[in-house]
Amino acid sequence: MDGLDDIVREFLVESHENLDQLDSDLVALEEQPGSRPLLSSIFRTIHTIKGTSGFLALSKLERLAHVGENLLVDLRDGTRSMDKPVTDVLLAMVDRIRMLLGAIEATGTEGDVAIDDVVARVEAVHAGVPLEAPAPEPASQEATTQDEVEQVDDEHVQQVEAPAELVAAAAGAAAPAPAAPAAPPAPAPAPAAPAAPAAPEATVPAQHPAPAAERVEEHPPTEEIGALRGVGDSAIRVDVDLLDALMRQVGELVLARNQISRLASATAQVDLVRSAQRLNLIAGELQEGVMKTRMQPIDNVFAKMPRIVRDLATACGREVALEVSGGDTELDRGLLEAVKDPLTHLVRNAVDHGIEPSAERVASGKSPKGLLALRAYHAGGQVVVEVSDDGRGVDTVKVAAKAVERGLRTQAQVDTASTADLLQLLFLPGFSTAATVTNVSGRGVGMDVVRTKVENVGGTVDVESTPGKGTVWRLRIPLTLAIMPALTVECNDDVYAVPQVNLLELVALDAQRGRSAIEYVHAAPVYRLRGDLLPLVSLAEVLGVAEPRDPGDPDGETSSVIAVVQADHHRFGLLVDRVLNTEEIVVKPLSPRLKAIGTYAGATVLGDGRVSLILDVQALGRRALIGELDAMARKDVGGIDAAHSGAAEQVLVVGIGGGRRVAMPLQSVTRLEQVRLDQVEHVGGREVVRYRGTILPLARLDRVLGSYGEAMDEELVVVVLTRRGRSVGLVVHEIVDILEDHSEQHSDIDDSGLVGSTVLGERVTERLDVRTAILAADPVFFDDRPEAGTAPDAAWSGIDDLVGAGR
Amino acid sequence: MSQYVTFTLDGTLYGIDVLRVQEALRSHTRTRVPLAAGDVAGLVNLRGQVVLTVDLRTRLGITDRLGEREPMMVVVKTGGEVVSLLVDEIGDVVDVGPESFAAPPDTLDPEMRAVIRGAHKLDGRLLLVLDVDQAVAA
Repeated sequence: MDGLDDIVREFLVESHENLDQLDSDLVALEEQPGSRPLLSSIFRTIHTIKGTSGFLALSKLERLAHVGENLLVDLRDGTRSMDKPVTDVLLAMVDRIRMLLGAIEATGTEGDVAIDDVVARVEAVHAGVPLEAPAPEPASQEATTQDEVEQVDDEHVQQVEAPAELVAAAAGAAAPAPAAPAAPPAPAPAPAAPAAPAAPEATVPAQHPAPAAERVEEHPPTEEIGALRGVGDSAIRVDVDLLDALMRQVGELVLARNQISRLASATAQVDLVRSAQRLNLIAGELQEGVMKTRMQPIDNVFAKMPRIVRDLATACGREVALEVSGGDTELDRGLLEAVKDPLTHLVRNAVDHGIEPSAERVASGKSPKGLLALRAYHAGGQVVVEVSDDGRGVDTVKVAAKAVERGLRTQAQVDTASTADLLQLLFLPGFSTAATVTNVSGRGVGMDVVRTKVENVGGTVDVESTPGKGTVWRLRIPLTLAIMPALTVECNDDVYAVPQVNLLELVALDAQRGRSAIEYVHAAPVYRLRGDLLPLVSLAEVLGVAEPRDPGDPDGETSSVIAVVQADHHRFGLLVDRVLNTEEIVVKPLSPRLKAIGTYAGATVLGDGRVSLILDVQALGRRALIGELDAMARKDVGGIDAAHSGAAEQVLVVGIGGGRRVAMPLQSVTRLEQVRLDQVEHVGGREVVRYRGTILPLARLDRVLGSYGEAMDEELVVVVLTRRGRSVGLVVHEIVDILEDHSEQHSDIDDSGLVGSTVLGERVTERLDVRTAILAADPVFFDDRPEAGTAPDAAWSGIDDLVGAGR
Repeated sequence: MSQYVTFTLDGTLYGIDVLRVQEALRSHTRTRVPLAAGDVAGLVNLRGQVVLTVDLRTRLGITDRLGEREPMMVVVKTGGEVVSLLVDEIGDVVDVGPESFAAPPDTLDPEMRAVIRGAHKLDGRLLLVLDVDQAVAA
């Protein structure tokens, strides 16, 4: 019984593969109806299924395959050619075979899958042919024909086999045959192919018995049969779970190797060092070998596309030609699984949205048939997969309008956004520009899912589009999943791993210049990297592990290295304390609870046995940069944007010592400055600094709010507030972040100088009464001297409201 | 008859179904997870496997383990995942019959009520039965 089960299982696995091949062959045959190799490949597949199902007593399957085969006989005999009706019924037959296989897999029997309708359709098409022969052959005759074919095929295979070996042997011995060098080191089908064509020249003709020779005439390209044999002989099927287990174990080995290497590097024992090196080498080779076993050509995914495109083009009333290249590009099977759905989605999207109906194409001067190109290639240690179409492109105006309509962006924001930024909107959850919901798309399950899936395996997605010319979606996928090179960094005594894929370069800040090298654009810390402004993100602050800085300690600012990383389209600098090492790390899955945090891509075990979190740079960037980029964008718009005050208001969060954090509305902040303590002068008991040609009164926010204690640093961090030419500076301990403040989270707990408190970035934050703070610095600040022609400042009226509410 | 692995937290005796327990260990070095919920005590390396550690004291709303002895870990399986629970001290494995079982008292504090299935009345003390899946869930 077990034996039979095995046979059935093998039959199922094999048939599923064959059916995928059949799909693409049928579609290809429709394109070039005269292709003998395609026809014989299709014929052979159907025949195999029929033969095996007969043997396994799967009668429905056998009958279905049988009628399909009858139709194919016509095609083979040239009594009719491949046209749309034939393709349609044959594809329908393939689908029904799939259903039957599914039923067999689930229940062990063919179940109640009906085949009569499909059989009837195939027979109708078959019978509808004006045949030269008077009537369809009786079944018995048909059967004998098939037997013959089977027999002949077998003979044929044997015949080809023998000469190929002969040639190889002969070549190895003496003859400088051109095919010889390729033949011996046998990676699957490749060597068989060159060997086979070479065969006829050598010993074949003499050895071929007559019937086989006839067949050769009919099917001149013997490559396929040769290839078939090659695969069968040089490859074995391996259980995927076994491969996964192997991969895990190799992962463990790599970890143990890292550990031993570390121990060995600290010792003077020559033997240990030598053994460690050897282990290193072997582990490396083993790792590579196991990785290779898991590599599969992306063709496995591409092969399904012709069918999908055909069906979809029919459904949407489009004419689409599919062009596939780079199908032999290899990818880890886990990754292949992961990109299958996103890729299918992109292809569907391209056919449905990208490519216009023929009439529209002709009207805009294009050929009526749209071109959809799938391309895969290696670039920079990653696999790039492109889905491009020559359709109408993405209408960014429409996208922008939709974003405003949905309240995702303000009109002002989209007005200033670049085309690339607008295209990024397509990745927002639930974003769809489809005017109507078709059965293909427009259901709001969109690019965000694609992006999430691709990013889950460490890849990225981007899109380029030229209106009227077409769209290119580009997936970048790492080659392998489980083991990846990473940089380990230290942040507040914890070690984190940054995937090398995201890493561009490292910039060391020396202790003296460390702080002055970091500047601020509006509130966003930046670093001048070769003339470009690089936004900075402090890892400790994003993770919320920053210790309240001790201003008296000159080493208070510990961040000394900027890891320049790339996430999505954004480049930013991650401020870390120290860079430790580059290591090959084994990615361990995280508990779903931790995955939900979104900041970590996984965990790993370091050489010393410590667990370390792997940072998800994309997520970090998104988490930390939104505020800063918005701040930068607003700076571009020209300062204060009053339209932004709503339920969610942007606030600048500052630290005032003693672990207290205070938030003030960002729109009240003009800029952030750093002032050296020795620049501070005193005017009548008040601290002031000379600032841009005026005198800027200062107020120490910690004193205003009654939080004394820590002595001030050499450098003062000053938040400058300006109104109608008057400015005051609030001295704070540190700039924490820019965050969204949701008014529903406000609480009434307050104190003098405050207008309640709220929870920001998972910490209680006090909300500053801006008016009180300003008055502490400049008691006459709000004494309005009427100035001719000065309109009330919208931004400040907002503040006044806010202040009023606090009273 | 049911078998429970017992442990104590703040002097109270708790039990976990023995079939759910993989092992009991001395506590390992933990890697903290910034931004995680308060009861996540960190990640530990359990023979190459990265395992989430939940501090049961925090989870059950018991006071911190300040100044007390080094905690122990009970490694349990839940929903295909292996999780380690930090407890004060590991006790014995006890056999109890269904007759000693009682539903949790109504006076139990709601935080506890979510994770305690009930209590077995032992000689002289109660054995609170912990719902592992609930205790580990966020």
